[in-house]
Amino acid sequence: MTGTLGAAIGAGLDRVEGREKVTGQARYAVEHEAEHVLHAALVQSTIACGEIRAIDATAALAAPGVVAVISYENAPKLTAGADGELAVLQSPRVAYRGQIVGAVVAESLEAARGAVGLVEIAYDAREHDVELRADHPSLYRPDQVNPRFETDTEQGDFESGFATAPVQVDETYETPAFHNNAMEPHASLARWEGGALIVYDSTQGPSPARGTLAEVFGLEPGQVRVIARHVGGGFGSKGTPRPQVVVAAMAAKVVERPVKLALTRQQMFALTGYRTPTIQRLRLGASPDGVLHAIGHDVVEQTSTVKEFAEQTAVVTRVVYAAPHRRTSHRLARLDVPTPSWMRAPGECPGMYALESAMDELASACGIDPVELRIRNDTDREPESGRPFSSRNLVACLREGAERFGWADRDPAPGARRDGPWLVGTGVAASTYPAYRSPSQATARAEPDGSFTVRVAAADIGTGARTVLTQIAADALGAEPERVRVEIGDSDLPRGPVAGGSMGTASWGSAVVRACEALTEQLRAHAGAVPADGIEALGDTTEELKAQAGLARHAFGAQFAEVRVSAETGEVRVPRLLGVFAVGRIINPKTARSQFIGGMTMGMGMALLEESVMDLEFGDYLNHDLAGYHVAACADVLDIDATWVEEHDDQLNPMGSKGIGEIGIVGTAAAIANAVHHATGVRIRRLPIQPDRLIERLAG
Amino acid sequence: MKPFAYERATDGSGAVSALAAGGGHAKYLGGGTNLIDLMKLEVETPELLVDVSRLAPVGVEETADGGLLIGAATRNSDLAVHPAVRERYPVLSRALLSGASGQLRNLATVGGNLLQRTRCPYFMEASKPCNKRRPGSGCPARAGHHRDLAILGHSEACVATHPSDMAVALAALGAQVHVTGPGGERTISMPGLHRLPGEEPERDTVLDPAELITAVALPALPFARRSDYRKARDRASFAFALVSVAAALDVAGGTVQEARIALGGVAHAPWRASAAEQALRGAPATGESFAAAADAELAQARPLRENGFKVPLARAMTVALLRDLAAQEAAA
Repeated sequence: MTGTLGAAIGAGLDRVEGREKVTGQARYAVEHEAEHVLHAALVQSTIACGEIRAIDATAALAAPGVVAVISYENAPKLTAGADGELAVLQSPRVAYRGQIVGAVVAESLEAARGAVGLVEIAYDAREHDVELRADHPSLYRPDQVNPRFETDTEQGDFESGFATAPVQVDETYETPAFHNNAMEPHASLARWEGGALIVYDSTQGPSPARGTLAEVFGLEPGQVRVIARHVGGGFGSKGTPRPQVVVAAMAAKVVERPVKLALTRQQMFALTGYRTPTIQRLRLGASPDGVLHAIGHDVVEQTSTVKEFAEQTAVVTRVVYAAPHRRTSHRLARLDVPTPSWMRAPGECPGMYALESAMDELASACGIDPVELRIRNDTDREPESGRPFSSRNLVACLREGAERFGWADRDPAPGARRDGPWLVGTGVAASTYPAYRSPSQATARAEPDGSFTVRVAAADIGTGARTVLTQIAADALGAEPERVRVEIGDSDLPRGPVAGGSMGTASWGSAVVRACEALTEQLRAHAGAVPADGIEALGDTTEELKAQAGLARHAFGAQFAEVRVSAETGEVRVPRLLGVFAVGRIINPKTARSQFIGGMTMGMGMALLEESVMDLEFGDYLNHDLAGYHVAACADVLDIDATWVEEHDDQLNPMGSKGIGEIGIVGTAAAIANAVHHATGVRIRRLPIQPDRLIERLAG
Repeated sequence: MKPFAYERATDGSGAVSALAAGGGHAKYLGGGTNLIDLMKLEVETPELLVDVSRLAPVGVEETADGGLLIGAATRNSDLAVHPAVRERYPVLSRALLSGASGQLRNLATVGGNLLQRTRCPYFMEASKPCNKRRPGSGCPARAGHHRDLAILGHSEACVATHPSDMAVALAALGAQVHVTGPGGERTISMPGLHRLPGEEPERDTVLDPAELITAVALPALPFARRSDYRKARDRASFAFALVSVAAALDVAGGTVQEARIALGGVAHAPWRASAAEQALRGAPATGESFAAAADAELAQARPLRENGFKVPLARAMTVALLRDLAAQEAAA
């Protein structure tokens, strides 16, 4: 599609790099070439807790093609930073099974991998502790939860508010560990040039990765360049540098040649972060008309011994529904496991599964339609902060969704609809995600040929970022999108924040608009032709963001699911899934729809398929491949649709947009779990909902 | 992956000779959809691969007794859509189509499908003990995670399951597996090809290492025109069976003349439900009979801590499939 002048925003522009990608021209991290490149393969610990007693690399070093074996005994010393996962090969200590304890560097990938098993390591193993339990003796209260939220909050008098409520729901919901499983594994090509480090890395944030790598290797940020032109997905797991980029850079330094290192799928289950398992107690106290008096959300989850990560699971409960008496809390168990990290909508995703499941239970207890229950508890101020919302259209989403889905005729009775062997039901849940922005810079440049070049260190991890930035720049410049070239994915470009927190477009786009505005001013003042070296202007949103009004900024949505549960097998299928979102202005309906239905599909996987199984005896995630860890296949996704309501919000950013990368996964699992209850009368409070958990509870 | 040599065999006897010359460190290579994966994980470390994926006969031929002869190198996709298979042995076609993915079925051969290794997450992880991979090292699955593993015929040494869908259908049909080897040719009746783990879980089949599957013969079985395959799984496609059922039913005048039933996803081998078949022979074709037959078979089940759900699942699926086949018979 060709954009109309001044109306690029809102047009369904095709991905600007689509042809490059489908023809294989787009180069991902380790697909870049380097002369005299070597390949690294990782040696991983086979104990979950203890110390390395001895390493014997003799046999590995004697293997054909092997150039070096690196371990804590001979690795370059790194500067300890905040991320303990990046202190690779710095000590004999083993903090989890699968942790990197060595690297083999060889002339070929085959030689490197083949020699891994020849590195002999003796361990002094200690008993490991890898099982999260609600009564785990080591539970502690972290100082804050990701990224900087209060750990616990309390307003009013929760205990008595709950105890005196005429209707009470008090249930515990559990989610297992989930792994992000981006299509492209974490992969890096590193080389050193005169003391400077250059890495092609599969990362969500070239600028922040540069800062982190500079810290780890004791360099100035200007001595590090991180290039990520194309990234095959991340879902949060590439939001921070992972150990493989440190190993690649370290190895390149040791062998003084470029080094490539791509993780295997199996290694991704130990080394790239994951969503913590959660145990969530939800207490809702309400009057018989469903109006909430008290909301309590208490969360138990895990972290590792090398780095604290505290998922902000209950924070969303501070945002969604009004109630005078409320409490939230987070407790962590520090286990001998890999460190959990960001996975698509950390906090909101598991938190809303529990809250929205409990709301469904409250609707049943009160005999109130679940859509109506949510409408009755809507609020125009963020409940805990008291701040007004810049815009909040949850109710509009619920109403629009109910209309489109055909909710009005719904029989509320559970377990009452049957089609042959299939039990049929429907469910609803709310979605929400914050609309953040981070400071960013960008440049816009007028070229002598009449085109424009826009530069920002953004990352397009498959979201369409490059495309929507092209649209944003085109409108800000009053140019056709075809005349705008957007360069992203390189830390040498103007500094931009991570593609995370659903804030990439809002952050980079704001800077792009400011740069384009400044360029337009300059061009207006400039007489005559654009000179050969162009005219360039810088945008920087740092000050602008400091001056933002103190509002609560969140996107909202509603998801509706129809499920069919086989009374014979307990298999669950989802014939219909609808999401309706209120996310400000949609910049590109085509890529937006992909973001929404991608998130919803991942939410379906969370509800029905995905589970990382901890092997208690050995202390690692056992089902560490895509045959054992099921993500949704095409056959699981039937009629899935996403749409949005009109929302005008001038308190967000120059585009009037809210982030859309994560809200799609928020609420899906609850909508499906609620539909399973409606279909069967069985309430499964531990995900995923699978035949083994259903079959013996179905009447047959 | 360890370095290995590769040879392409031009005929069966050449393949057998090449394998025998490999001195126990050689493997036949069909489509490679299982073996290559295991080699990448260093679960399998052959020094020589003998490629038999192009050996004749390829395809499906009529046999004199009214059955079909399927070349071992026939691709799963081709077999699944063969008109004679679809018409006369729908259970086989449907079993094939419920397995793996389209891409894998395009590559996988009939012989290779039969000889894929049993599945267990501990078997797939070379850094952990496994009696199948390292005899005598122990079976962590029994005390560990075994939700997807065996409820029938397992041993202290091994609780793995055979993953093939096709083999379950072949077990129900009583297919004959034609084999050639250093000692000459022989024929093995399904389900006799695969073995239960016993004390030797490292052996998935009764074949000697150099024996090569050349063809699979389907016997003439007129009532198999009314046969079907059901597979319960966590994901709608591209997932191994939690439980699967292959069945063919011969009903006359409301009485079961003969039944062929096999279960998948429940044992180290495709599980021919002989007790259920015996219970059905001469019984009225009713839901009560089908339930009694399923119960007769599953009385042998010894579920583990996490996989008890497979017993009611296998029961419900068996009853439902037999009921549907009987209803088809009655409607015809």
